[in-house]
Amino acid sequence: MALDLPSLLASLKEHFGDDLLAQTEFRGQHVLRIRSTANLPVLRYLRDEAQFEMLTDVTCVDSLRLPPGMQKEYPERFAVVYQLYSLTHNERLRVKAFVPEEPCEIDSVTPLWEAANWGEREVFDMFGVVFKGHPDLKRILMPDNYTGHPLRKDYPLKGRGERDRFQKYTEMPER
Amino acid sequence: METKPESIEKIAPKAAQTLALNLGPQHPATHGTLRLKVELDGETIVRCEPEIGFLHTGFEKLGEYRNYNQFVVISDRMNYLSPLNNNIGFAVACEELFGVQVPPRGQYLRVIMAELSRLADHVISVGLQGMDLGAFSVMLWTFIEREKLYDIFEAVTGARLTTSWTRVGGVFRDAPPDFPAMVRNFLAKFPALLDECERMLSRNRIFMDRCIGVGALTKEEAISYGVTGPMLRACGVPYDIRKARPYLCYGQLDFEIPTRPEGDVYARYLVRLAEMRQSIRIITQALDKLPGGGENKENLPVSSLDHKVMLPPKDMVYNDMESLIHHFKLVMPGHGVIPPKGEVYSCTEAPNGELGFYIVSDGTGLPYRVRVRPPSFYNYATFPKQATGRMISDAVAALASLNVIAGELDR
Repeated sequence: MALDLPSLLASLKEHFGDDLLAQTEFRGQHVLRIRSTANLPVLRYLRDEAQFEMLTDVTCVDSLRLPPGMQKEYPERFAVVYQLYSLTHNERLRVKAFVPEEPCEIDSVTPLWEAANWGEREVFDMFGVVFKGHPDLKRILMPDNYTGHPLRKDYPLKGRGERDRFQKYTEMPER
Repeated sequence: METKPESIEKIAPKAAQTLALNLGPQHPATHGTLRLKVELDGETIVRCEPEIGFLHTGFEKLGEYRNYNQFVVISDRMNYLSPLNNNIGFAVACEELFGVQVPPRGQYLRVIMAELSRLADHVISVGLQGMDLGAFSVMLWTFIEREKLYDIFEAVTGARLTTSWTRVGGVFRDAPPDFPAMVRNFLAKFPALLDECERMLSRNRIFMDRCIGVGALTKEEAISYGVTGPMLRACGVPYDIRKARPYLCYGQLDFEIPTRPEGDVYARYLVRLAEMRQSIRIITQALDKLPGGGENKENLPVSSLDHKVMLPPKDMVYNDMESLIHHFKLVMPGHGVIPPKGEVYSCTEAPNGELGFYIVSDGTGLPYRVRVRPPSFYNYATFPKQATGRMISDAVAALASLNVIAGELDR
């Protein structure tokens, strides 16, 4: 059973109106761009009414260093990207919710999918986006005492000297 | 003296003596650098929290500073049990972004190599699962088979582990003429090993007792957790990207998706075994259909002939003005392979599940953002669910069946 995307978009428009920013397509892949405040209701609607049962991935894009031409596609600095997959229709849909730099927060979608738990923790760790209502929001890949968010575009590739501040064990301790 | 009822409730959890135990980061049962913080009541796990990130290498950050072909090298460091699947997955994603077609011979070669790599991954996974539950000889047999597979990889890619075989638009060179003979020779003997493993484990009383009903996930739970690959198919969901979204030439090959309804450790083991037999079917068909055969007398291309993406052959570079320019532009910094502006999410079926690459391109030679959707990451997130309330030895069995690859988990 194939998904009727135009009618899905029409019903989304009817339900969510201005929260739906745009819908784009590139290489046959559909992207739904929404306001960050509407992520939970829109995704709930997609899961329950359009049978997008699976959240395959949560990630984020920092638009800070994008060329001006592409910058206008990002109304805010961060875009939290949800990759949805429908087992029923064998369809994929990407939802992008735009999060400003300040306050850098968005509702967690853990009430909808368990998969969001670790996915959102990684986005928090790497980009510093705070997910409101997440059950256990803490760093997942970087150490707990780490400062900064490495995948932000203003974070340098070689770090901010964290390596030099490691405790070194090169010399024998004095007896 | 009268005690208030609520204060008793506060004391109660402390009175039941629980023991905090730390498994890993270095522990033989964790297969790589994983750490588990478990709270035990006797031998029963009350609470379990995996801690990951010990192998975090910043591949996604590094990807933003490397061009598309350089990232292939990073991709095979991610899953060190099946690097070829990662190479191919990334190449497929790039080709979708660039809009490049790979010639049929290249597609068939990639499918054969991807399936051989799946065999190498599954066979080790089954062997390690046996080892963790006490069947050490199975692990030794499977490692012998993997060495034979690595010999084939070495003949084709030049390396056993860090293969870096694919390029955007194709592969870096054609397979050697005796490649089909090598693969057929291997496949002739390989099913005997699968039979042997099955005889050793499938009806083994100890193995069955430790696997059946352990780590069971329901269909709904697995879907909610975003579980993919053999783990999802062991829960009865026939979702395989090779069928759902046939990339390369999988659409022209005939194979089945093995599933099991139980969702436990034993079902995962059976699914992996059945998948290996399907992979053998795929490889045999692909070898029969391989355009040009082993010798490739007609000199069919294995890579795209679009020399704005793929390096032209050396004899053309030396004798042809345009090819020289193409070569020069492809290797010079600031030129290179230039994709259109846009973003794609492309996924392939890696041995552990859906391996996705989300690439954002800003129209320069370097990707703006490379996101890897590692299958192990989402599969491993189910671990507390599987281990809580069970014995600690069940946790070891469940962990072995997940086949978590720390390099891919932490990236």
